[in-house]
Amino acid sequence: MSFRTKGRWALVAGLAAGTLTLSACSPGSLGTSTGSAAPSGSEAPAANVEITLLADNSDQTVTQAQAMIDAFNATNQGVTVKLETRAQGADGDNIVKTRLATGDMTEVFQYNSGSLMAALDPGTNMVPLTGESFMGSVEDTFKTAVTSGGEVFGVPFGQAMGGGILYNKKVFADLGLQVPKTWAEFMANNEKLRAAGIDPVIQTYGDTWTSQLFVLADFHNVTAAQADWAEKYTANQAKYVDEPAIKGFQRLEDVYKAGYLNKDFASIKNSQGLQALVDGTGAQYPMLTFVINSYLDLADDAAENIGFFAQPGDDAASYGLTAWTPSGLYIPTTTTGEKLDAAKKFLAWVATPEACDAQSAASTPTGPYLIKGSTLPDGLPAAVTDLQQFFTDGNVSPALEFLSPIKGPNLEKITVEVGSGISTAADGAKRYDEDVKKQAQQLGLEGW
Amino acid sequence: MTITQTSRPGRAGRPTRPRRASGSYVDKAYPLWFHLPGGIVFVTLFLVPTALSFYFAFTRWTLFKSTFIGFDNFVLFFSEPGLIGSLRNTLIYGFVTSGAKVVLGMLLAVLLSAPIIARGYLRSVTFFPVLVSTVGVGLTFQILLDPFHGVVNQVWAVVLGIDGPGWLTDPSIALLSVAGIDVWKGVGLATLIYIAGIAAIPHEYFEAARVDGASSWQVFRRIILPLSWSATSTVILLSLIGGLRSFDLIWTTTGGGPGFASDVIASVIYKQYQAGFYGLSTAGNVILFIVVTAIIYPLSRWLNSKETSL
Amino acid sequence: MNAMRPATRWLVGLAGILLTTAVFLVPFAFILTMAAKDPVEAARLQFSWPANFQLWENVVSVFQARDYMLIIAFINSAILTVASVTLMVIFGSMIAFVLDRRRSRLNLLINTLVLAGLIIPPAVVPTIWVMQGLGLFKTLHGLILVEVAFGLSFTVLIMRAFVATIPREIDEAAIVDGAGPLRLFFRVIFPLLRSVIVTVVVVQSIFVFNDFQNPLYFLPGNQNATVQLTLFNFQSQAQTTYNLLFANILVITVPMLVMYIIFQRQIVAGMTSGAVKG
Repeated sequence: MSFRTKGRWALVAGLAAGTLTLSACSPGSLGTSTGSAAPSGSEAPAANVEITLLADNSDQTVTQAQAMIDAFNATNQGVTVKLETRAQGADGDNIVKTRLATGDMTEVFQYNSGSLMAALDPGTNMVPLTGESFMGSVEDTFKTAVTSGGEVFGVPFGQAMGGGILYNKKVFADLGLQVPKTWAEFMANNEKLRAAGIDPVIQTYGDTWTSQLFVLADFHNVTAAQADWAEKYTANQAKYVDEPAIKGFQRLEDVYKAGYLNKDFASIKNSQGLQALVDGTGAQYPMLTFVINSYLDLADDAAENIGFFAQPGDDAASYGLTAWTPSGLYIPTTTTGEKLDAAKKFLAWVATPEACDAQSAASTPTGPYLIKGSTLPDGLPAAVTDLQQFFTDGNVSPALEFLSPIKGPNLEKITVEVGSGISTAADGAKRYDEDVKKQAQQLGLEGW
Repeated sequence: MTITQTSRPGRAGRPTRPRRASGSYVDKAYPLWFHLPGGIVFVTLFLVPTALSFYFAFTRWTLFKSTFIGFDNFVLFFSEPGLIGSLRNTLIYGFVTSGAKVVLGMLLAVLLSAPIIARGYLRSVTFFPVLVSTVGVGLTFQILLDPFHGVVNQVWAVVLGIDGPGWLTDPSIALLSVAGIDVWKGVGLATLIYIAGIAAIPHEYFEAARVDGASSWQVFRRIILPLSWSATSTVILLSLIGGLRSFDLIWTTTGGGPGFASDVIASVIYKQYQAGFYGLSTAGNVILFIVVTAIIYPLSRWLNSKETSL
Repeated sequence: MNAMRPATRWLVGLAGILLTTAVFLVPFAFILTMAAKDPVEAARLQFSWPANFQLWENVVSVFQARDYMLIIAFINSAILTVASVTLMVIFGSMIAFVLDRRRSRLNLLINTLVLAGLIIPPAVVPTIWVMQGLGLFKTLHGLILVEVAFGLSFTVLIMRAFVATIPREIDEAAIVDGAGPLRLFFRVIFPLLRSVIVTVVVVQSIFVFNDFQNPLYFLPGNQNATVQLTLFNFQSQAQTTYNLLFANILVITVPMLVMYIIFQRQIVAGMTSGAVKG
């Protein structure tokens, strides 16, 4: 590339006047928050290594990560960890991908486990942790979700969550409704709720990601019907347009067609949906359990009044939960030398029950930790207890994203269309099958 | 400020300057290297990437390695759900926003050039929205236009007694609502350009019209309209280019939704980019490039020829 | 245009005031009232006077949020805006000057490129790729140069029309006095461009300061945030703090508002005196 050298030289010349001097005084970091003040300075050991953790900027993540970091820094192992935050969602994915791609990642970073993590090309971008002793205290469920090419790459941060339906217990009790074990029972409940003037199902397409739940949380039912579906799906042999997977789209369509949704479903956001749920104007809300902390303050009795059940399928015998493993902490290959040792020290500590306790102290856990020996505190919200029960019973299937690297980027748009009657379940499923094709091709999978 | 393709030695209102014989002597005062500092930045960060996009559009690309796959990206792009819709939406959005800005901007400018009271205040107020960032405007209107809780529909319900439409959530009107917000935000700039255009019309014309007893309409039709033509073509072209390429307002208000109902080419490109399909996204860039050029280039030629003939 | 009776002047003016206030000022009033509410009241999204007026507290919390990120963002945005607009003005006026004054075979090419720069949507991913190769990706000066590259066409376009209105006799007098090209341009011509420079500075500052997309992709990372990116601090997947969100919108709009109020008259003057007249 001949233009490179020429360009660089000329740019430097052209800029000498103003830009470089100006941007040289760009502020690195101005603020010092009281919470993150590291014990650097006088009493810190001479060989203090500072590393940075990049995490997403949701309140829950920031609070728990900061609590964990503070607790770790207080152990004085000659390592100081700092927290840097990034956007969530697709923007966040992009930031992580670009920073890894440009060799510009922080020493440790937090990111989803499962297929999103697999899409980061862990073999080239991350340091394998398979042989590290601290991996012994990580639950196997989590290890499978961060394994790629036979190597394990991460330790869990935060708690496992479930996808299913949050419901208002008081409304259920008032109308004498039982938690449904089949889809038919669920729809029968809905009819009674509507007759009572309560919105049976809350949908919140103002936050499009919330529209995917009926499809994503149906995956336990898909596996129950066909155990090797995920494998076939990855190999381009199973499709969403066919049974059993189309059921998820079908359920979304059924609920809309029956008129069970709140009338403002197209515009309201997640927080407004939660408000309707705790107020009892809506009875059920298909959700991921990580939102539990967001509704606790919305009503005095929210913690006890909101329960959780898994999305029912056709057969009561195979009723069970679709679960998401927590996000992981990973070390990029650009971390080397003493920084790498420091990063490993930090991860070793994260994989201890003390680290879990530090997180629990900072904000209410919304599900089990996947660290051996860790316990949840008492007095948790009812929905967490309900969720925990599925794990205790072992009645849990991992979500599709942990079994297959394929997830089409347009799913949330397609489910909005199906869920608001713009297109049918069959069309939506077909569209989604086309959508995932690109992802599979980009990943270079066999058979696409 | 008219977007002109050729250099313009003999534009209307400015006599052609005779070139001096001793060109080389004068040229020393105008060295060509003056083009270099800006040129290098432009070529490196705009032209070269644009040229490269014609290669990467034919690859499957991860930023580190690219595999040549021929026209696959384009085939895929055209089978992308809603691409045909997004192509149509792009055109609707571009022409609606540009048309509305031309008409409303002209009306406002005529009004604000007249000796009415509080003219300075009115000029400032119409320009205020231009000063707010698109993200800020998008977020604000998302809330103002909320179908049940938003201010607009609450007023609507009180005045008309029925529920207002789902401005941003009804697939049949979402795109037009965003276009409306775009006009709200951008009409101030169009007005400003027109005001400048009207102010540049020599005073004698208005004097003569007054002496002849011309009506306001005649003044508008015979003097303001033809003599501010260069302002008009500037507004048309700038707002059309902006409209066809527009993406950030759509992204912050509807995200291309509901579903794919308000997707334009630029938002489809962005989604592919977010998903990490860099080759595919770049192919979208090439398509947008072709669409915009195919519309703007002939249009600017036509507007230009129209201008000189007036 | 001057033949308006006083009654009409008042009537049209009043109608204009009412209409523009409803259309253009109500959204601003909404931003202001939302920014002054407590979180619970703000979440109702209504247009009402805050029951519990706490604008100052909200502004303070906005500045304190995420480790004083907004202050860093303001400094970044200020550097970005000042540096890129300065370079645009200098580079753009140099090109416009020679383009207008000198007949050269390059002119057709340059005019075409100027037009291309206006029309062609920038190819984002290839730009990142080039910037990586040059070590400019994720640096503030890299972003500054990107803004210059994207804004140069418009600048040249406006400036060229204005330069054409400056009589050549001025150049000739300076040349006769023995001025070299640099002195001719920077000492003689550049000061005469004052009014068009104001226009360019205002328009491009608004554009760069309010730019959202380019910083997001060419300058990721918290330490490099520009003011537009701070809006995302108050929107997370589960919860949006509306009062702080609107306080943030308010705070980041103030600099452009102040600039506009200061330069208001000059903007129209700058456009009138050369640009639009052509």
